[in-house]
Amino acid sequence: MTDQPTAFERFTQGILPENPVYRQLLGLCPVLAVTNSMQGAMTMAGAVLFVLLCANVIISLIRDLLKPHLRIVIFTLTIATFVTIVDRFLAAYMYQMSKSLGPYIPLIIVNCIIICRCEVCASKQSVLTAASDAIGQSLGFALALASIASVREILGTGMFFGFRVLPKMWPDWVIMVLPPGAFLTFGLLLGAVNWVVAKKKANG
Amino acid sequence: MNTSQQTVPDSKNRLKDLFIFQAWLVLLLASFFGAALAGIQLTLSPKIEANKLNETLEKVPELILGADAAQAFIDKNRQMEIDRQFIEAGKKIYSVFQAKTNGQTAGWVVKSSGQGYAGKIELLIGVDAKSEEITGLFILDQKETPGLGNKIMESVWRKQFINKSTQQQLTAVKTKAAAPNEINAITGATISSKSVCGIVNQSLENLRQPLASAALNNQNPSDNQPNNNQEKK
Repeated sequence: MTDQPTAFERFTQGILPENPVYRQLLGLCPVLAVTNSMQGAMTMAGAVLFVLLCANVIISLIRDLLKPHLRIVIFTLTIATFVTIVDRFLAAYMYQMSKSLGPYIPLIIVNCIIICRCEVCASKQSVLTAASDAIGQSLGFALALASIASVREILGTGMFFGFRVLPKMWPDWVIMVLPPGAFLTFGLLLGAVNWVVAKKKANG
Repeated sequence: MNTSQQTVPDSKNRLKDLFIFQAWLVLLLASFFGAALAGIQLTLSPKIEANKLNETLEKVPELILGADAAQAFIDKNRQMEIDRQFIEAGKKIYSVFQAKTNGQTAGWVVKSSGQGYAGKIELLIGVDAKSEEITGLFILDQKETPGLGNKIMESVWRKQFINKSTQQQLTAVKTKAAAPNEINAITGATISSKSVCGIVNQSLENLRQPLASAALNNQNPSDNQPNNNQEKK
């Protein structure tokens, strides 16, 4: 247990050094699917934060009762419960958003970020560490979604969070809000991040 | 020899080794989470239903008049009176919205649902007052495959249903639709397309008669309904 990272380390690692999207390449389904507008991306990030935090805390509380061969079942059960809660909540209070995100909210159940954090951190460490890990990872996920969504929304529609930021004469690059735009943006940003990391390594 | 020696004193452990005892935590959590979800569903479902009803009511003018005419209608600040009714037909209870302009039935919107490819499809069908033609189609809720089956929501595809006669069975075809009762199926989503056609066919088959006769009764002058006051609004 001594070589496990502390709560603070878990928190900071999640944001950049172990960013779930750019460094671990997890949860790419929502990364590609819901990043054509900032509003959708941020709702998705909020939903993931809620699910990850609740799942990590519950798993951490019962970590001593887990049996190795039954742990995945329990992770999935816990995650599915909180995802259903988020899904119903959005349908009740953010109906239009829930319609535009469609199946991607229920699909958080199979988002590997969450099951990965349950396995790596929450099933081994204290509640406090698990919670800060969840918040750190969710922030990292939110940052990644925001970076892709801002590029796509600004270039694709000339707007940011639904407000116009580019002059009206901007010819909207419609391809950016369509699926190919997701792959292009993500590929280029991922390449940039890897390039920066490689450069840092070479220098230091 | 060895095996018999092992099994006899292990009767206690055998109970412990049963999967059902190992899984006590799974069972406990499952019932706990199940109860929690039931509670959430009970508290939130009225709100979700209200959201869906609002969306339905907003869509009624468009489904009956068509998108352009509905916009013009709203721009003129005119309003439709919408009555919600429940009609039992063909072993199902349909939620039907009767839209009236100036006290006359302008059309009907039928809420219906059925099994799609990946889950339940909920949709709204607009028909004219005599329920002879489809005037609009709208998908309220669906869980079809993103990128394929969920194209049933796109207006380009839904438009095909407009002006189709309600007397015929619609079929989704993979080749270019030629006959008046044919609908172009979405490439890669034949099942979703067929499901929508099936739901529309069944609902209209059940409701065509009741709706037509209801509209007729309503227009009958001997039928003294207190609509006259509202006409002047």
